[in-house]
Amino acid sequence: MYKLTLSNVTKTFSDLTALDAVDLTVEPGQRVALLGHNGAGKSTLMKIILGLISADSGMVDVLGFEPGSGSARARVAYLPENAAFHPALTGLEQLRLFLRLRGEPVDQAGPLLERVGLGDAAGRRIGTYSKGMRQRVGLAQALIGHPKLLVLDEPTSGLDPVSRRDFYATLDRLAGEGAGILLSSHALTEVEARTDKIVILSKGKVVADDTLSGLRRASALPTHIQIAARPGAADEVAQRLKAGRHNGVMVDLVCTPETKLSRLGEVAALGALIDDFDVIPPSLDDIYNYFSRRDGQ
Amino acid sequence: MTGILGLASSEFRIALRNRWVAIIIATMVLFSLVLSAVGSAPTGALGSDRLSVTVASLTGLAVYLVPLVTLLMSFDAVAGEVERGTLPLLLTYPVSRAGVLLGKFLAHLSILTLAIVTGYGVAAVGAFAVDDGAMTGLPAFVRLCWSSVLLGAAFLGIGYAVSAYARRPGAAAGLAIGVWLVLIVLFDLGLLVAVVADDGGDFTTSVFPWLLVVNPADAFRLFNLAASDATSAASGIAGAANTIPSGRALVSIALWPVAGFALALAAFRKVTP
Ligand SMILES: Nc1ncnc2c1ncn2[C@@H]1O[C@H](COP(=O)(O)OP(=O)(O)OP(=O)(O)O)[C@@H](O)[C@H]1O
Ligand SMILES: [Mg+2]
Repeated sequence: MYKLTLSNVTKTFSDLTALDAVDLTVEPGQRVALLGHNGAGKSTLMKIILGLISADSGMVDVLGFEPGSGSARARVAYLPENAAFHPALTGLEQLRLFLRLRGEPVDQAGPLLERVGLGDAAGRRIGTYSKGMRQRVGLAQALIGHPKLLVLDEPTSGLDPVSRRDFYATLDRLAGEGAGILLSSHALTEVEARTDKIVILSKGKVVADDTLSGLRRASALPTHIQIAARPGAADEVAQRLKAGRHNGVMVDLVCTPETKLSRLGEVAALGALIDDFDVIPPSLDDIYNYFSRRDGQ
Repeated sequence: MTGILGLASSEFRIALRNRWVAIIIATMVLFSLVLSAVGSAPTGALGSDRLSVTVASLTGLAVYLVPLVTLLMSFDAVAGEVERGTLPLLLTYPVSRAGVLLGKFLAHLSILTLAIVTGYGVAAVGAFAVDDGAMTGLPAFVRLCWSSVLLGAAFLGIGYAVSAYARRPGAAAGLAIGVWLVLIVLFDLGLLVAVVADDGGDFTTSVFPWLLVVNPADAFRLFNLAASDATSAASGIAGAANTIPSGRALVSIALWPVAGFALALAAFRKVTP
């Protein structure tokens, strides 16, 4: 099994350092989300992995091959951030061309387009497609063959909510078959549940690289326990838990990762006074905010 | 190889949809018809068969039209992909840059061949219609056809090089017209001026014959006129260069397609997607 490894990769554009000593690995079957502000260097990183541009220094190993070499290209699928196609070709013709370029049978073009929900539009020219439909053509071409690594630059931008779910389901299947997946996104909530590892870039530097729970721990952001008290018992609950805030029915308890368990014990001990409770860990939004700010200043 | 053929057939389909195929074939046919009409005025003093006369006038036409048409087809090849943003994805597929150019080249060359055969064919049919002895001109006609395809191949390469060098379709179009003006019009004028100024000196005898075959368009004209009997239709530079062996010109028009492609590939390799 081969993986993607970047170590100490630096790239500058005249006086701007787009990537600064970046380390990154994507294991087979791993889904890695690449997050970062606009201009953080996500697309640049991906283009280096694909061999479209070269790094100034550092090492890039794509499944054991040079980035951009014939062997690497045969195994890597890419979705550019603004997927564009020739407007005069139909979706079907475009996909047939991509299949031929990969040496795959062209009769897969129809089924591939069906899979991304473009079955009905397959015979229409891409020039007449909506943005989301073009994005789906891009997704369809990334599914050709059996790529060992998928590099997807904002794959869900422009997709409706249902297609997003389908898309992540497809990714799960590919990862299950052993493909490594690197995807960038600005939609944090959807990435949260659907990836194994999160890498945050800030001004070209990797400021976080861990699983979601690892990042939660590292950020030490507070967890909220929201308690729904029995009618009339809210005051007593708040008092016995020494909680700061309540609105008459709900009591909001803020706790650090270390005190979380003991606090939960206290909540459980109140027994009949409470109706229900929810534990709300810091969201990826909070964590992202924390890491990209901490280093940006 | 299937990938390159796939690229070629897509490119052909795009040219068909953009009406390029129709426009180019119509242009060639139209000009051939006009030439035939002009050429059918009485020219009995010439002593050649009708087809040879047609070949001589088609040669004069092709020198201008074939480079123009091929540059028009090719200037968008790389710059257009850059502008549309389709290049990055294409270059992550397992096809080399040479393969990408070759695919386009095959498509454009077949369109050009189609246009040449149709256009010249119309003129040839006209010649056969009015002269029973036109068969004698057939070898010259065949030679004109394949050398025109070679001339087109040379300018396709030059056009791709221009396209990759300019990177923007607008700039590429301007540059392509510039290249056409320089190679087809100004080059000959410059030589003519130099020969006149030199007045039979060293330049005229040793440098000029080489300069004349270095330019693919001049080599093409030389090759076809030297090989045909109808040199009386030639004028200016070509008339002055009657003494240059046509083998040299043949080598030039055979090498130019390769050189043009190499030039295009070198320029394309410098394009960062
Ligand atoms: N070809 C280039 N020439 C000069 N600067 C560039 C070039 N490509 C990227 N940059 C710069 O590198 C930085 C990183 O750009 P990049 O496209 O990688 O950002 P990104 O993280 O993908 O942003 P976004 O979320 O907006 O897509 C930006 O400041 C950008 O201006
Ligand atoms: Mg980007």
